[in-house]
Amino acid sequence: MDKHDGGDPLGLRVDDPWRDAEGAGLWVPDQGVPAAPPVAVPPAEAGDREGVFVEVQHSAAFQEVRDRYRGFVFPVAAAFVAWYLLYLVLATTAPGLMGRQVAGEVNVAMVAGLAQFATTFLLTWAYVRHARLRRDRAALDLRWTLATRTGQERVR
Amino acid sequence: MSGGRMAAGLYLADSAGEHQGLAVVLFTVFVSVTLAITAWAGRRRSSSEEFFTGGRMFSPMENGFAIAGDYMSAASFLGISGLIALFGYDGLLYSVGFLVAWLVVLMLVAELVRNCGRYTLADVLSARMRQRPVRVAAGTSSVVVSVLYLVAQMVGAGSLVGLLIGGEGAAARTWAVIGVGALMVFYVSFGGMRATTWIQIVKTVLLIGGTVMLTVMVLVRFHGNVDDLLHSAATGSGHGEAFLAPGLKYGGSWTSRLDFISLGLALVLGTAGLPHILSRFYTVPTARSARRSVVWAIGLIGSFYLMTIVLGFGAAAVVGSGTVRESNAAGNTAVPLLAEALGGGSGSTWGTVLFAVVGAVAFATILAVVAGITLASSASVAHDLYTALRRPAARHGRRDPAEAAMEEDEVRVARFAAVGIGAVAIALSLLAQDQNIAFLVGLAFAVAASANLPALLYSLFWRRFTTRGSVWAVYGGLVPALLLVVLSPVVSGRPDALFPGVDFHVFPLQNPGLISIPLGFLAGWLGTVLSPEPADPGRYAETEVRSLTGAGAV
Repeated sequence: MDKHDGGDPLGLRVDDPWRDAEGAGLWVPDQGVPAAPPVAVPPAEAGDREGVFVEVQHSAAFQEVRDRYRGFVFPVAAAFVAWYLLYLVLATTAPGLMGRQVAGEVNVAMVAGLAQFATTFLLTWAYVRHARLRRDRAALDLRWTLATRTGQERVR
Repeated sequence: MSGGRMAAGLYLADSAGEHQGLAVVLFTVFVSVTLAITAWAGRRRSSSEEFFTGGRMFSPMENGFAIAGDYMSAASFLGISGLIALFGYDGLLYSVGFLVAWLVVLMLVAELVRNCGRYTLADVLSARMRQRPVRVAAGTSSVVVSVLYLVAQMVGAGSLVGLLIGGEGAAARTWAVIGVGALMVFYVSFGGMRATTWIQIVKTVLLIGGTVMLTVMVLVRFHGNVDDLLHSAATGSGHGEAFLAPGLKYGGSWTSRLDFISLGLALVLGTAGLPHILSRFYTVPTARSARRSVVWAIGLIGSFYLMTIVLGFGAAAVVGSGTVRESNAAGNTAVPLLAEALGGGSGSTWGTVLFAVVGAVAFATILAVVAGITLASSASVAHDLYTALRRPAARHGRRDPAEAAMEEDEVRVARFAAVGIGAVAIALSLLAQDQNIAFLVGLAFAVAASANLPALLYSLFWRRFTTRGSVWAVYGGLVPALLLVVLSPVVSGRPDALFPGVDFHVFPLQNPGLISIPLGFLAGWLGTVLSPEPADPGRYAETEVRSLTGAGAV
């Protein structure tokens, strides 16, 4: 792994779960990262890499990505879980209401069940669209920023 | 009509020999194809990356098909449509829960897990915690969930073979369980993730193909008139209009209603904690392709469940609920009987052919699902349990050449673990042969939702979450879930229980989810609040930034 890691300048701990892999055959950019000796790095430098992540975490660009993600996902998840639970509770406790016929043999229960399918498909579409238009580009930019800052990005 | 029903009911016992030959031929073809895939995939060198992820270069479409293949078990194909054929609308509640669960996976889990982990759930949970305790906890719960799910599938294989091929003989079921177990161990230990993924893809194509064919035949038979189909189903069920509304199965006592709410909660929250589903996201290169594979999976799974609804009502309308129940009390033979009736009825050539095709597809389904679960659980044993328990000292050392050997070692351990898990699953399945399949699947979902999901969501989204919180969340969900099952009417106190002779049941519900899922979340919160050391903000920053940007993802 070390030979792929551009000198691994930042002193990684072995128990770090993200880095005890063999990056088999992947191209790794070494964009301006100083080739430090791979061994005997003082453990304090591990904080530096974390420092980069903390800095990015506090950056406006990342906050924007995170807020957009959470701003969409949390309310939507709360809504569809509530809608599903409502359906579940109604189906088990109010069979009379659910059995009321709407058109021909189709009753409220059938409409509600198909509406669950429909909202699932609809929310899938909405989430993907939101991620593609509002999040993907900014996230990729941040990924590149981090790649140059930490020099450890494995790029495909 | 009633005479025809009786004839169909006796059919399985009468002329098993006719379709037996064709079903065996079709199934042999499928097994040969999967063995060829395994041999082809097994020729590659076996790095752990290759073994556990198949090289991470599957396309979103391929992975979406494979996810759908992992998820659509025989319990869905035969079980849900059978439940609909017997109980009408109440069977449909299952398919809604199974599908809505995918929104949780899509929005909260798939991309973030892809960005933070390498092979298993424990990678994500332990990313910012102390490795050893968290890995052991997550590895243990993953193996428990997988074994429960495996037992459900293999019990299904046993009864399917008993019903479709060799009559009700106990010997045929035993051999079916052992045969399925041996095949799945072979696929996994020789083919790894690459072979397993391709087997899933082939299976999904077969399953969707078979389902589309039958659905079209049902709709053509009713001239595309859904109203007519529903009306005939209500008539054929013998329940009338009540068949089309909820309440036939779960509408009785408050206990059974609560039991169903518990099951529904487990279904919708459990999927995101299933180890074999989570490990599928590592077979694609990026979070974006993980997202796109889930979209494919939702499309396939959603349309599949919509079609099983048509098949279930179709079986009630064409075959009749009474005939289905005579053939199998749990309704598992509704779809094969429907296929036979659509082909022209018992004894006709097309009836025989369709019956055999459905049987072979169902068996292929079971085989593919068990292979996927075995792979995920052997990865947990090798990558989480073995690694954490064997090299705790490595925490303070630097990576050295021995680490490379460790990678090789992990694959070797995983191959042996597949054999061990296969043996355990075969033994348990033979013990649990008379258990209801749908119940066992519901139990696996409940344990996954209680033990894995709270810890996963906390570690992805909660800044203050600590090592102790993580360990408590896993055990705080796992132990109550299992304990409540032991104390439930499933294990003792009823004629159909595991130990019918004794009665130590205290907990009234069959599914523990309603209690154990909140307990998992509560334990995680409590463990975090009571932690001796606070969470490391730097490592949380790394987790958060990685999970949303994909920086440094392998």
